[in-house]
Amino acid sequence: MSCQKMESRILGYIDGRLKESEKLEVEKHLAACAPCRVRVEEFRAVSGLLDELPVIEPSPEFDARVHALVAAEPVKQDWWAWLRVSPRVAFAAPMLLFAAIWLGYVERPIAPPVQVDDAQLMQDLPVLEDHDVLANFEPLKVLPPPVQNDENPDGQQTM
Amino acid sequence: MLDVKAGDEASFELLLHRYRTPLVNFLYRMVRNREQAEDLAQEVFLRVYRAREDYVPSAKFTTWLFRIATNLALNSVRDNRYHKLEVSIDAPITADAEDGDERMLDVPERTPNIEQHLVEDARRKMIRHAIDKLPEKQRAAVLLHKYQELDYAEIAKILSCSESALKSLLFRAYEALRVELAPLVAQHVRTHG
Repeated sequence: MSCQKMESRILGYIDGRLKESEKLEVEKHLAACAPCRVRVEEFRAVSGLLDELPVIEPSPEFDARVHALVAAEPVKQDWWAWLRVSPRVAFAAPMLLFAAIWLGYVERPIAPPVQVDDAQLMQDLPVLEDHDVLANFEPLKVLPPPVQNDENPDGQQTM
Repeated sequence: MLDVKAGDEASFELLLHRYRTPLVNFLYRMVRNREQAEDLAQEVFLRVYRAREDYVPSAKFTTWLFRIATNLALNSVRDNRYHKLEVSIDAPITADAEDGDERMLDVPERTPNIEQHLVEDARRKMIRHAIDKLPEKQRAAVLLHKYQELDYAEIAKILSCSESALKSLLFRAYEALRVELAPLVAQHVRTHG
């Protein structure tokens, strides 16, 4: 193994995280390489120095602050939440929909065809024709509106 | 976390108890300010709570948790750096203001051990200073590797890099620490080696 390859294994070796085969390779290299042996010792020393830093404890208010933050979170409502809120609505809505569809498809009674008496029709025909003529008679359309007469219909003056 | 997802409040409480100390320590060592570290840790828990319904156990929970924490810490460190640049012109010159918290905790009393206290205090300050000097990503890698004891694959996921890139990152960080802490390293080798 080269000194360069040692770079990627040196910390694993110090921490005891190497596989057995890797560890044996490192030890073989260390037996033959004095600079790498020194480096291993110095890295061990650095690791030991880092252990000297004290562990701090969170302040007593820490948990309370986290709880307050969590409590202040808005309640997340998903799209289906209204179903849980009102099961009656959840039940009634599909029922109404079903009823509407059912009413749309239900068979309605067909009214019997109206029997037209031919003789009667021929008798009414002139009247219907007159109605058409009068409805489309232009002079009638241009006539002024009827004047309201204040006098008595029987021609007597009121005192 | 799956229980939290299912709406079990007690499980969230369990997560809070289990991870608050490692998280606060990790964030404290990243941002070097206790109050800020606690604020960030609270933000991490809030994000965990918010994301509980969408949580998919594709990775270890710790990987996910420390990924959130690392991203928050890195953003905070970058913001602080700009903030420090903005205020540094008018700021009064104070000696090691960043270690204020520690000084409050470790005030040495006038006892025969005062010298020992001072020596230990100076050692810790040197170590902290050496960690602070590391580039942010190297610092995060060292803290996750050393104090959280996460494996390489997990740390690589947290830092969004390959395992080989992580090993190289850690090697460079330890090299920098070895140089920065040379007197302490030599002393350590003499006494322990």
